[in-house]
Amino acid sequence: MAIEVIKPGLATTVQDAGRPGYYNVGIPLSGALDQYALRVGNLLVGNDEGAAVLEASLLAPELVFRASAIVAITGAEATPKINGEARPRNESFAVKADDRLTFDFMKSGARSYVAVAGGIDVPVVLGSRSTYGLGALGGFSGRKVAAGDVLPVGQPRSAARAGRKLSSELTPSYPKSLELRVVTGLYFHRLTDEAAQSFFEDTWTVAPEADRIGYRYRKGRPLSFRERKQPFGAGSDPSNIVDAGYPYGSIQVPGGLEPIILHRDAVSGGGYAMIGTVISADMDRVAQMQPNNLARFVTVDMATALKARAEYKARDAKLRSLLSA
Amino acid sequence: MSGIRYSFGADEHVFAEIDEGMSLEAFFKGMAICKELEKRRIPGVSEICPSNASYLVRFDPDVIHPDKMLATLKEIEAQIGDAEIDLPTRIVEMPVLYNDPWTKETGARFRERHQDPNSTDIEYAARINGYKSIDDFVAAHSGAPWFVSMVGFVAGLPWLYQIVERSKQIEVPKYLRPRTDTPKLTIGHGGCFMAIYSVRGAGGYQMLGITPAPIYDPAQKLPYFKDFLAVFKPGDMVKFKPISREEYDRDIKAVEAGTFNLTFRPVNFSLKDFHKDPGGYSRHLVEALYGH
Repeated sequence: MAIEVIKPGLATTVQDAGRPGYYNVGIPLSGALDQYALRVGNLLVGNDEGAAVLEASLLAPELVFRASAIVAITGAEATPKINGEARPRNESFAVKADDRLTFDFMKSGARSYVAVAGGIDVPVVLGSRSTYGLGALGGFSGRKVAAGDVLPVGQPRSAARAGRKLSSELTPSYPKSLELRVVTGLYFHRLTDEAAQSFFEDTWTVAPEADRIGYRYRKGRPLSFRERKQPFGAGSDPSNIVDAGYPYGSIQVPGGLEPIILHRDAVSGGGYAMIGTVISADMDRVAQMQPNNLARFVTVDMATALKARAEYKARDAKLRSLLSA
Repeated sequence: MSGIRYSFGADEHVFAEIDEGMSLEAFFKGMAICKELEKRRIPGVSEICPSNASYLVRFDPDVIHPDKMLATLKEIEAQIGDAEIDLPTRIVEMPVLYNDPWTKETGARFRERHQDPNSTDIEYAARINGYKSIDDFVAAHSGAPWFVSMVGFVAGLPWLYQIVERSKQIEVPKYLRPRTDTPKLTIGHGGCFMAIYSVRGAGGYQMLGITPAPIYDPAQKLPYFKDFLAVFKPGDMVKFKPISREEYDRDIKAVEAGTFNLTFRPVNFSLKDFHKDPGGYSRHLVEALYGH
């Protein structure tokens, strides 16, 4: 079985649960930006929950299936169509040879996932099939898919069947305005008191530069850093530090202008002060923000971050018990 | 240096700042802690990333509680203390065509983003560091070896810090605004760090030259990529060797033929011995490279 790419969409890549363990040599985690949507898609089609899928960003691709298959579309609110006929999201369905998959535009959310029974069967590189574009690593030839590419699909499990459905209770929505929870720290102390306040008071707008590497926000007040004699090796701008490792989800503000949340294809380090980190439970929500969506940052402590993580894991447990039956 | 400053990066990271400023001492302490942490193989720890004067750990708080993670790192800090640190490592010689035509051409395209539009990057770097000529500057840059103090930004990109006294550190500002292009394998310098651009792309470092030796290759074609697709790891030591255009062209042909190689030699670095006689110790390290 294989899938042919007719139109690639804006940035469609093969992604799975990710490639941990190589951040110390600059190779980031990668993997589906919305990990929950990845798990939903795979469990709906009877795959391992971390199997490789196609991730589409903002503008979805047009695909033709070369043989019959069981597929599921998850993530962004964009109606999938087979040969022009609408199909449900978050529900597995069957396709035949030569069936053509298209999508309506994304009404809400920014990433759609195409899960196929058997998974996208590109080679495993350093333990993962995920695409890391900057390093031309993994995925399909280390890059976004292009028109004419033929993507191999693995052997489906016997568990693959049409008509598996996500319950509404487990179906996320993607509001155009939301709150992102942040644990402050790292170099937060470098902000002036005014900036430390205004960062949380202002409403921030997702900039067009929002991709797998990072999400850029604008339209909040500029953030000023405390003046100091810069330490040896740190750059001259007060927002500079001696180059250091960047946590996933960390927020940096180059020149104090536009905060950037690093996501799963993060640059692993650099010389911009990080002022805090988005909690792990909110990273899927960052991934589904469209340009011009609005965010407010809310400061939380570690206990709250861990509680949110426990709730996220509890939803995963429900998902597994619902869909592995 | 006072104690390490620890901070959580939300629920999955601990960031540890050894010192606000860069120094060999801070780098060494971070390396020593990261090595010990690696050795302990603590369940739940997925990334251990030493960087210049800090380090970053990623962990799964469902396996190891953040408080426990932090306590472990503090315990390792106490264990290592201020003991004299020796680093068993390896040294490699990298050929560099300084003042090459390709980075010069790229620099010329982005002159309006530079502090000194009338100089080339290497002329500017030589002048503001007090060198009379490009040759003198190259002699200093390629004279003493460098430590890989961090690998990252993008895949396989090493940041290096020269093993000389602070008064001899080469320092240059980054471009006023970053370029949108840098040739692959450019030797760049920004602040007190140099970097070898593992892939073509944006960059803000002053461009001093180019190496023919690939340092990142997902296809792992050359012999020295046998074990892994990126050459450098934090703690590696590098000596630069100025080469001519003819030698560069010959190396490029060898790279294309798949016969080009780099040789790594084991070496032990002692910070104490370095401080006793920086110049002599630097020569001692280079001797290890040539096997006598």
